[in-house]
Parts: sequence; C-alpha cells; structure tokens
Amino acid sequence: MIQVENLHKKFSKNQVLSGLDLNIQKGGIFAILGPNGSGKTTLIKIILGMVIADKGVVSVFGKPVKNKWKYRQEIEYLPQIANFPSNLRVRELIRMIKDLRQQTSEEERLIDLFGIAPFLDKKLATLSGGTKQKVNIVLAFMFDSPLIILDEPTTGLDPAALISLKELIQKEKQKGKTILVTSHIMQFVEEVADEIVYLLEGKIYFKGRISELMEKTSQTDFEHAIAAIATKMTNA
Amino acid sequence: MLKILKYSFYDLMRSRWSYVYFLFYLALGFVLLFLNNDVSKAVITLMNVIIVLVPLIGTIFGVMYYYDSKEFTELLLAQPIKRSSIFLGQYLGVACSLTLSLVLGLGIPFLLYGLFRSDVIFDFSLLLVTGAFLTLIFTAIAFNIALSNENKIKGFGYAVLAWLFLAVVYDGLFLMSLIIFEEYPLDSFSLAATMLNPIDLSRTLILLKLDISALLGYTGAVFKQFFGTNTGLIISILMLLLWTILPISRLAYKAKRKDF
Repeated sequence: MIQVENLHKKFSKNQVLSGLDLNIQKGGIFAILGPNGSGKTTLIKIILGMVIADKGVVSVFGKPVKNKWKYRQEIEYLPQIANFPSNLRVRELIRMIKDLRQQTSEEERLIDLFGIAPFLDKKLATLSGGTKQKVNIVLAFMFDSPLIILDEPTTGLDPAALISLKELIQKEKQKGKTILVTSHIMQFVEEVADEIVYLLEGKIYFKGRISELMEKTSQTDFEHAIAAIATKMTNA
Repeated sequence: MLKILKYSFYDLMRSRWSYVYFLFYLALGFVLLFLNNDVSKAVITLMNVIIVLVPLIGTIFGVMYYYDSKEFTELLLAQPIKRSSIFLGQYLGVACSLTLSLVLGLGIPFLLYGLFRSDVIFDFSLLLVTGAFLTLIFTAIAFNIALSNENKIKGFGYAVLAWLFLAVVYDGLFLMSLIIFEEYPLDSFSLAATMLNPIDLSRTLILLKLDISALLGYTGAVFKQFFGTNTGLIISILMLLLWTILPISRLAYKAKRKDF
C-alpha cells in the first residue's frame, strides 16, 4: 500500500530523514513511533505530498506520488494541530470539505458520536481545543477511503471521546482499511496498533509486532520497551 | 481551481475591508466628478491616485490574505487538489475582489455622471484596465514575497518596501541618473527604465492615451517619439501583461516546491 525507498529530507541544517525505507502492506493499524523530532510528522507529510522529499521515492497504491494529487482522494488525514480558518462556522467547514472532495460522506453519524451538534453554528475560533480536535476527527473520518492517516489523534480528547475514537478506528480496520497513526500515549498505541514502526535518527529502527519488540528489548512492559530503545541507542 | 477561487472570493466579500475599499473609490469618484465638473480633469486626478494607491492596497491585501489563510491552505493541501490550483485560486480570489471594488467603486459615479455621453469613455476604461493590471501585478508580487517568507513581519516589511521602491524610490533614482548622465543619449535607457517599473509604465500608458503633452514628461515624450501613440499603447499593454504573467508563474513554480 505504501512503499518508501531511501527517503532523505533536510530542513535547512537539520537532517530529519536519512535513507528511510518502509513498506506498509494493506490492512491493519500501524503505529509510527519515535522520540520528539524523529521525523514522524515529516514522514506523514511526505506521504501526503505536503512536504517534498530531497531524495527517495514514495509510492502510494503502487504509484509514485511526486507532483501527483489525485491519490489524496483515497486518503483521509487528521493533522496534528487542528488549524482551521477561524472565521468559518463548523457547518460551513464540513460543507466546504464535502464540496471540495465530491465524495459520499457520513458526517451525521460522526457528529452524533462525538456530540458536536451544539457547536455546528459556532465559529471555529471560539471552540475549545478538545472540541476542535473532535471536529478534526469528524472531517478525517467522514469519507470512505482505504487509507487513513492520523497524526496524534488523542490530543485534547476527554475519556468518552477517546473510547469512541478507539471504537471508530477498530471499525474502520474491520472494513479492511490501512490506518497509520502516531501517538505519544503508549497505552493507546498498545491497545490499537497491530504493528509498530519505530523511527530513530531518520531511519526505521524497528518494525514489527509489539510482542517482538518486548522480546528484543527483554522488557515486559510496552512503555518501558519503547523507552529502552532510545536509551540503548544513546548508550551504544 | 475555480472552487478555491469561489471560496476565497466569498471569504473576501464577507470581509469589511472589501467594502471600505469599494466605498473609498465610490466617494472619490463622486467628489472628483461633482467638484470638478470636468471629466478629463477628474480622470487625470484619478490616475494619480490609482497609480500609487492601487499597488499599495494590492500589496497589503495580498500579504495579509496569504498569512491569514495559512490554516485554510494547510487544510486544502491534504485534500485532493493540485497545489498550483490552491495558490492561484487564492491569488485570483484576492485580485478579482480588489479589481471588482475598484471597477464598481469608480464606475458607478462615472455612469451616473453620464459617461456614455462623454467622449472620455475610452480614457476612463483605460484607467480601469490599468488599475486592474496594477492590482493583478502587485497582488502577485505580494503573494510571492509572502510565500518565500515564513515570518509574517518580515514578509509584510519586504512587501511594503517593494511597493515603496517601485512607487517612490525608483522615480527618484531614475531622475537622478537622468541628471547625472545628461550628456549622454538617454533615450533607450529611459525607455528600458520605464518598462521595468509597472507603475511608471501605467502612468506613461495613460498619459499617452490622454495625449497631454505637458504632463507626458521626458520618458513619455521619448515613448511617443519612439513608438508613436498607438504602437506605444500596444507595447506598454504587452509589457504590463508580461509583468502580470512573470510573478504569477513564479508563484506557481514556488508553490510546487514548498514544504508545509
């Protein structure tokens, strides 16, 4: 589904990705993990075509994505920081995105699920962080696309919304979709992810199931196993 | 691209500033016509206002709109839309709404005054065409500057400097070089210097059309002598077109390569 070969990206003097290779097959939930600044968001943005790689090839659905845009029709993306045009109302924003994508959508169900009906006529600038994130989630999940990319989906959510989100992710997975997710909440990752991809110093340091990671690091706890990777690297 | 253009255009039409700009021209048109009672004189006064003000407003609106709609842009970039469509759509949205304010704001008082019965209708339309060109050019320059500068204050500063340079400083330098090198033949130099500044070019274009020798100045005279009135008009319009196309193509080129 996604093939990444020898990906390099530098932001002025900061080498973020250096020769990253990744292959993500169809179906399942993949968590992209790594310390702050390890290039998770950059990798996602390169897949989406928002950031342009210095070197390397990214293919989505078997085709290179460079300078292409139609493939984004098949991707739903939840950005890390919900930046919305502040003078729009929630309803207008949803209508606009629907108009731009021209796909069938099921926003009603999601609006009910996250309880944002009372906010539909409010301006986006007046919403709280958590409510904005709920709007963000509705926008990301309302279309039916085979690939879903979630960048820190749990930010600012209350426990009820978090449970709804997890159920939503599982439901989408059962439809055979591929879901990429980044998060710093290890408990959330442990619950939802089938496989994890660990980024370190611009490369994939580990890719595999959570049980494999625990074996490799000889830890019994997932959070400690993740922490152990980072310390191991610095000691080595 | 048309959809983005539509949203940007509606967004601006809802903004207070478009109306302020429109009302300003409306008031200016009425005041000039009914105090002057002479359409040709009103056109000349208008020219002086348009040539300085339109680029300034285009620059400021362009920069402000780009930075203000950054969030909107980021949202759009993740959607199945071509990059150049996003930026060209936004650019055209700003430029069109500004042009509309200008054309309607000045057009209404002139129509009420009875422009169609007057023979200056062509002079007046040329004035509006030049105003539209200047809006397109300076909005495009502003978008270019904003696209290349992440920092809002810096971008704003550079954009205002660019306007200041082309509207004021350029003329001063030009005049100084004419005085310093007065012993040399300066015809081709002054021709080139006029072509390289869209504001000077617009002024020459309008004055050529109005055919007022007293206001034509040195460059205008050279222009007229060199090309004759009609060829001069065509050449200056072509140059304005080139001035519009160049920053727009740079905008499309840069937008394709930028990281967000």
